[in-house]
Amino acid sequence: MANHLHHKLDRKEWLIDIIDERTEHHYQPGYLFLPFDIYTPENIIKNIKDFIPKDVNLLTSGIDKIVGAENNILLENGEQIKYDLLIIATGSKIAPEETEGMKGELWHKSVFDFYTFEGALTLRNKLRDWEGGNLVIHITEMPIKCPVAPLEFAFLADSFFKNKKMRDKVNITYVTPLSGAFTKPRSTAALEHLLAEKNIGIESDFAIAEVNNEHKTIVDYGGKEIAFDLLVTVPTNKGDELMERSGLGDELNFVATNKETLQSKAFENIFVIGDATNVPASKAGSVAHFEAEILTENILHFVNNQPMTAAFDGHANCFIETGNSKALLIDFNYTHEPVEGTFPFAGIGPLGLLKESRMNHWGKLAFRWIYWNMLLKGIPIPFVGANMKTAGKKF
Amino acid sequence: MTDFAQWTKEVGEEIAKENNIVMTPKHWEVIDYIQNEHRNDSPLSIRKIGKSGVVDIKEFYALFPVGPLKTATKIAGVPKPASCI
Repeated sequence: MANHLHHKLDRKEWLIDIIDERTEHHYQPGYLFLPFDIYTPENIIKNIKDFIPKDVNLLTSGIDKIVGAENNILLENGEQIKYDLLIIATGSKIAPEETEGMKGELWHKSVFDFYTFEGALTLRNKLRDWEGGNLVIHITEMPIKCPVAPLEFAFLADSFFKNKKMRDKVNITYVTPLSGAFTKPRSTAALEHLLAEKNIGIESDFAIAEVNNEHKTIVDYGGKEIAFDLLVTVPTNKGDELMERSGLGDELNFVATNKETLQSKAFENIFVIGDATNVPASKAGSVAHFEAEILTENILHFVNNQPMTAAFDGHANCFIETGNSKALLIDFNYTHEPVEGTFPFAGIGPLGLLKESRMNHWGKLAFRWIYWNMLLKGIPIPFVGANMKTAGKKF
Repeated sequence: MTDFAQWTKEVGEEIAKENNIVMTPKHWEVIDYIQNEHRNDSPLSIRKIGKSGVVDIKEFYALFPVGPLKTATKIAGVPKPASCI
């Protein structure tokens, strides 16, 4: 957003500050590949300073509170910063402590996350030497960021163990609180066969109550128990605690946001982008990217006292790794489920929607370069607009 | 029930009967909560319903013993929780 607005706002009238407590920026899609030694830590982490435009002030600090009624930010060190316009982009993170026993004695020994760098790294070290057993891949509750990542993990795990000639020593089970691995009709029809082909078992409608560290089981509220030797779980996802401290968050610390304009519902001069919102779009990087284009337009209107006319349609565009150097691509929004078709050019592609291909896999890997060199710098991807196109899709 | 706009309490009662649920005022309180969350585009989870102030998780399972979230959303006429695919 700083890069987008830096080009477009009058620098004589507007100063842009970024407040971030971290000094590193992580390419989060890389966390999926790190456990399987497909990416290295160097692929995933860069210095935040490399991406801050000239004339934009980066303040490395934690924030104690946002006081919306006073247009004021209280930093951890007691300093205060006044703002005329605030964009909240504090994301979402895992909260394993929300599930009893999840952060018990087995945490990062037999119970892992891959939604943090530390989790993905310790899991990598575990998988390098693991001799097999029951691998359970699990989702605690929705919403989670990158909702397809657990399924991708299952597919990549299947390939990983096949390549190590030990697939017969591993039992892979995918456990979800939803009614199935696939919950949309066209995705179910197109992809359900992958689970059987890859010998991945599925346990659905599982609402976890606790991790039993003694028995190495996960237990749901209905009393069902699933045994594991290695549990890879996606814990409850929550927004930053800053939202709770500031009175801006719901019970999961996500901020009430207008799903079209991206203006916060509490204060007209606070906008929200990415995983921090409560809009009904997927929490995905591509969503944040498309939101950025819409939000930039709306902010330019807002600061000039004009009506905000750009409306975000919930557009998401995501690659899904299916193992063996193949992936599929899905393109959808608030009102349209993923369907087959071609992307970005109708009839031509070159990427196929809801269809496995090597081209899609190369697309996912190439995306890392696009992220560091284009997206973060506010350079748009040609031919891929902020709102979803219906052309080229088979509805 | 695919169109929430067409839901009525009678429709809810019928769906409840098909799922062997005898509806009480407490059942309807839960249904009201679920429908309200749906109107607000808010995702549902068992834990969230347990923290709703309407029921706790034990009570929720007592009211809707088999697949509680699936059953309750069916009776409420709202889509069951879903993901992007």
